This record gives sequence, structure tokens and C-alpha cells, in this order.
Amino acid sequence: MVELTLPKNSKITEGKTWPHADGAKREREFRVYRWNPDDGANPRVDTFYVDLDHCGSMVLDALIWIKSNIDPSLTFRRSCREGVCGSCSMNIDGVNTLACTRTMDEVKHETVRIYPLPHMPVVKDLVPDLTNFYAQYASIKPYLQTETPAPQKEWKQSHEDRTKLDGLYECILCACCTTSCPSYWWNGDRYLGPAALLAAARWIKDTRDEATGERLDYLEDPFRLYRCHTIMNCSKACPKGLNPAKEIAEVKKMLVERQV
Amino acid sequence: MPKGPADIAASRPLSPHLTIYRPMLTMMMSIVHRITGSALYFGLLLVAWWLIATAAGPAAYGKFQGFIDSIIGRLFLLGYIWALIHHGLGGVRHLIWDTGRGFGPNEREWLTAATLVGSIGITLLLAIAALTFGGTR
Repeated sequence: MVELTLPKNSKITEGKTWPHADGAKREREFRVYRWNPDDGANPRVDTFYVDLDHCGSMVLDALIWIKSNIDPSLTFRRSCREGVCGSCSMNIDGVNTLACTRTMDEVKHETVRIYPLPHMPVVKDLVPDLTNFYAQYASIKPYLQTETPAPQKEWKQSHEDRTKLDGLYECILCACCTTSCPSYWWNGDRYLGPAALLAAARWIKDTRDEATGERLDYLEDPFRLYRCHTIMNCSKACPKGLNPAKEIAEVKKMLVERQV
Repeated sequence: MPKGPADIAASRPLSPHLTIYRPMLTMMMSIVHRITGSALYFGLLLVAWWLIATAAGPAAYGKFQGFIDSIIGRLFLLGYIWALIHHGLGGVRHLIWDTGRGFGPNEREWLTAATLVGSIGITLLLAIAALTFGGTR
């Protein structure tokens, strides 16, 4: 349901301003969302000053610098630092993206504002609980389903059929798209969201898969698929440059076409 | 009592959403499409009043005319016309998207901007035309 305001325990309070680093000449102000499950307090937004002369150029570098130099309790996910793993997805300067591929220069506002992925339960600081997101991904059965006996070697696919998966298989499940979608904010319990639907399209379009009908049946539902209202936040947020909105539209088209 | 995993899960705050997300053109226009859609419902009351007034006779129609000639009435009418055209153009945009076209990074922005510029433009043209050719009273 549409709930424009945050619940009582989620209202953001004034946070702490942390001291400047010693001898820093060029600084950038960071405002970072904080929530600690152990102190029973509401979330807050802390202010940090990052020493740009001793820090890399990416937003993730700044977060790591803060963790190493100012507050070691600052919590966030990160791993590959090159846009492959999808761990460091968060809301930076109002848009969902990966902290590791977004440079500080790209942030237009002087203050860099960082929040966890929107409308998600927070585990700690910038770490959201993605249980539901993964469950929805699992629900579309993201694996090859076949009825014909398995071939002696691999399931073969022509080069042409393989190109049908371009723009689909590259998804890293960072959840930037799904959590940018207002429709998912209001109906995340029943609407699958752009990432799961893009994955569904990936298997529907795979010429080796033999469960296309069942897959389409599963999506033919007022909530699972049709809560997409082409708001387009998903496609604008995707750090891999994919276009979930377009793929969802194509699935909707397939559902119409199979009726004629 | 010590906190169990279930207690912690229940106490988790919801991260901020609408208040922190950058207002994207396509997102804002999706919201406007909804607002104009519901505004049209109430605008229909105006049309209903007009029809009833025409059927009821000169006295009733005079009352309607008095309202629609007032500043508030005029603004109401202008708003209703804009909402109607905007929602109509928005419908066309959604129809194009339903065919799987217009999803490119530039196309989607262009389409969305076009419905906004189009609706405001047509409304202004209609208002100018109405003021120029409409009233002989």
C-alpha cells in the first residue's frame, strides 16, 4: 500500500558531526545514513569530512576512507570494487547506483548524500535486508528447465539465439532497479520488481528453455507483473546500463500475443 | 529479555524512499498522470452540472454561467481542460510504450517531455482561441 511517510521507528534524526581529519587541505562533506540495531535509537544522518588528498576517486573509496580513518563502525557491503559483484549498491545523491563505479566528481551537489537502497528494512547503516528480493528472484526459477532428454554434451545454441540474451544475462542482482521503483515501494510484497522480471525475461527468451508457457503463466498476474507502470526509474538506475522497463514491456507483449 | 533474531528483524527501520529519491522526469510525470486521472473524475462533476443546468432551464443555467465566468470558475475550467489533454497525451505515450517502442535513454525522456509541453501548449492555444473567438457577450 502507498504509505508516503516513514514508520515511527524509521524517522531520521539529527546525527553526529565527526571531526575533520588532521591536516586535510581538500575536503568533501559526506552525509551518511546510520542505524545501529544495538542502541535502540532511531536512524540518523552523520556528517563526515573526507580528505580528498588521501582518498581514491570513487564514492566507495570515500566510504572505506571514513571506515579506516574516522569511524570503524560504519557498515556497508562491498567486494569487487569494479561493478561486477553488485554488493555496494546504495542511494547516492538521490539515485540508486554502485558506490564503486560512481566517482565523487559525478556527484553534482557539493555534499555527497548516501542512504541505503530505498524502502527496505535496514540491517545496519547502509546494509539493507534483501531476503524478499532474493526470494522473488528464486520464484521465477532462474535456471534452465527442459523436458527433452539431456544431450550427450551441452545444450547447443546458435550464435543468433545467443544474442537474444544480450542485455539480460549481464544483470548482477544489485537491486538498484527494484528498489528505485515506486511501484515496488508500495507493493513489494506482491510485485516481483524489475530485477526479477528481467531475469524472468532472460529465461523466457532463452531458446533452449522448454518451460516458456509455465513461466508466462506465473507472470500473468495483476501484481507480479502488471504493477509495472513504466515509471522508468529502474532503467535509469541500472549501473550496468540494462533496460528492465523495456524487457518488462516485451513480456507484457508476449502475454498478449499468445492469446491471438 | 535478550533480543532474538525475530525481535531484531521486527525492529528494523524502513529506509527512506520518496523524500530522498531524485525527482526524475518520467517518475514525476507518472505521478502527474495519476493525479490528472483522479482530477478528471471530479472535473466530470463540472460537466454533469453543466448538462443538468442546460436541461433545467435558464435560471439554473444562469447560476452555472455565473460560476464559470468567475475567476475561480475559469481557473477550474482551465485546470480541467489541461488535465484532460495531459491525461489523454499520457495515454498515447503509454500506448506507444505498450508496443515495446520508445524505451531508449533519449526516447523515453523525449516522449515524456513532449506530453508535458504538448498538454500545456494545446491548453494555452485553446484558451487563446476561446478568448479571441469565443465570447460575443
